[in-house]
Amino acid sequence: MMIQLRFDVKSIRKPTLARTIIETGVLLNIIKAGVEARRGEIIIEVDDKRAEEVMRKFREYGVDTSKIERVVEKDDELCVHCGACLSVCPVEVFTMSEERKVAAEPKKCTRCGVCIDVCPFSALSLPG
Amino acid sequence: MTAIEMKEIISELGTDKASEEVDVVTTGTFGAMCSSGAFLNFGHADPPIKMKRVWLNDVEAYTGIAAVDAYLGATQLSESISNYGGAHVLEDLIRGKEIQLKADGYVTDCYPRKEIATEIGLEDLNQATMVNPRNSYQRYNAAANSSGRALHTYMSALLPNLGNVTYAGVGSLSPLNNDPEYRTIGIGTRIFLGGAKGYVMGEGTQHSPPFGTLMVKGDLKEMSTEWIRAAFFPGYGSTLFVGIGAAIPILDAEMAKATGIRDEEIVVNIIDFGVQRRDKPVVRKANYAELKSGKIEINGEEVRVSPLSSYYNAKKIAEELVGMVKTGEFLLSAPVGKIPQKAVTKSLRHGVKEVKSVMCNAIIISGDTSIQEASRLMVENNATHLPVTGEGDVLLGIVTSWDIAKVVANGENGDVSKIMTKKVVTSMPGETVDIVAKKMEQYGISALPVIDSKRVIGLITSEEVSKALMEARK
Repeated sequence: MMIQLRFDVKSIRKPTLARTIIETGVLLNIIKAGVEARRGEIIIEVDDKRAEEVMRKFREYGVDTSKIERVVEKDDELCVHCGACLSVCPVEVFTMSEERKVAAEPKKCTRCGVCIDVCPFSALSLPG
Repeated sequence: MTAIEMKEIISELGTDKASEEVDVVTTGTFGAMCSSGAFLNFGHADPPIKMKRVWLNDVEAYTGIAAVDAYLGATQLSESISNYGGAHVLEDLIRGKEIQLKADGYVTDCYPRKEIATEIGLEDLNQATMVNPRNSYQRYNAAANSSGRALHTYMSALLPNLGNVTYAGVGSLSPLNNDPEYRTIGIGTRIFLGGAKGYVMGEGTQHSPPFGTLMVKGDLKEMSTEWIRAAFFPGYGSTLFVGIGAAIPILDAEMAKATGIRDEEIVVNIIDFGVQRRDKPVVRKANYAELKSGKIEINGEEVRVSPLSSYYNAKKIAEELVGMVKTGEFLLSAPVGKIPQKAVTKSLRHGVKEVKSVMCNAIIISGDTSIQEASRLMVENNATHLPVTGEGDVLLGIVTSWDIAKVVANGENGDVSKIMTKKVVTSMPGETVDIVAKKMEQYGISALPVIDSKRVIGLITSEEVSKALMEARK
């Protein structure tokens, strides 16, 4: 599961991420990280079963956490299976199936939005 | 049977046996074909108008062909609707949508009307004939991008630092690849075009075997949006995805052999779009089997690959053609003339000079040059930019008179390595000056070191660029 972490001026100055890993013993995969002097935004991937526990721990340390649930949507009416999206998605949401149709695995999506503009048929969107 | 099935039959039975067993092999392709459009005849209004300029949903069409004929090109962009172009007008017409028609007239005694604005649908047009000057590329070079920024091209988004590869075409399923000597596909051959029965008019523009192309025509009124789809590549513009299929009669064993072609045998170059020139360097060669696998190795690293044509739809066309041939709905026709097996595409000459012929000498300094010494060199040589190099004249950075002014204002001193800009925008000797001008504007700079195989060989400043551009204009 993908979790978005928002750090404020206090939490960004502490080794919150490392602390959470050590204390929960859960492996976190960092998908995207933007860390600035006064704030930060990190997207992590964790085992679905341990997600709640990890989120609780982050909240204890003052980090705003939210599950990424509304992910990229593909309109199958518009898609012609050209595959333009395949190579641009940083987390490989899109794959070519055996019968050469573009399949999407939105569970991996981090809402980065790169694919949206790449689709020549505007078949991809990020809801709300 | 389809070309996909034919390849299996051949590997099973061999070409001789296969040529006896199989009568017709169908092929298909479905991809972006920018050189597409349609001739439209609007009919005469009362009082009549001789259309001088005409717009459909604010997409301008070419007139200059009598009074109420126009040619609407797929890549022409709308003047008011964003992400919308001629291709979208064509798709909307096929969908049965009403289109806004606007025209300015050239007033004559026989055509007194000055302008017209109305709405039209496909059924209102006398003729809507799709004529595509360059379609159905036999094969097409793939694309990558070695530059440091993402590029938006007709080959879709190319990620920086060779981050991805894109390719077009469907390889061994494509019509012309199954008839590389153009024995059955020629002038007059009936084809599947956008869901209608169309015809080959001859070789397409820029036809250059084995990068062969076709000029095709068909009736827009019989086409379907399943096989004609408007597309928009951000940063490039609109284009039309066209579905084309050809049914190839297996005349003899030679023809059977031709249809046995495999993706592994169809080789193209992966071209570096990071170099904004007509003749772009080749990153490496690749065949369609490698490209279709979705991953390809470049400089020892695995790079992901995007197809831009729909193999899925191409296969559907080939399968549909099999049914149409069987029921007699689609009759095969022999070509009435051949398309050339040899042709070379020439380039457009223009007067814009290359960097190597206009660049000036660079005053090169090393990183440990003092700021004092650098400013003395600037004054002495009337130079505002000094490239800083290391061993073998390899570029490390650049110092400008502005950098010097800043440190002097702050009362600092030391080595130039402290104040130089390390991320330098550079030029190449073969680059044209208009590209350099574009870089200068894009990055807000006024001079670029010229690099040849990592060495600094000169400097090009806005002064040389403006002179060269003025000369080209004369």
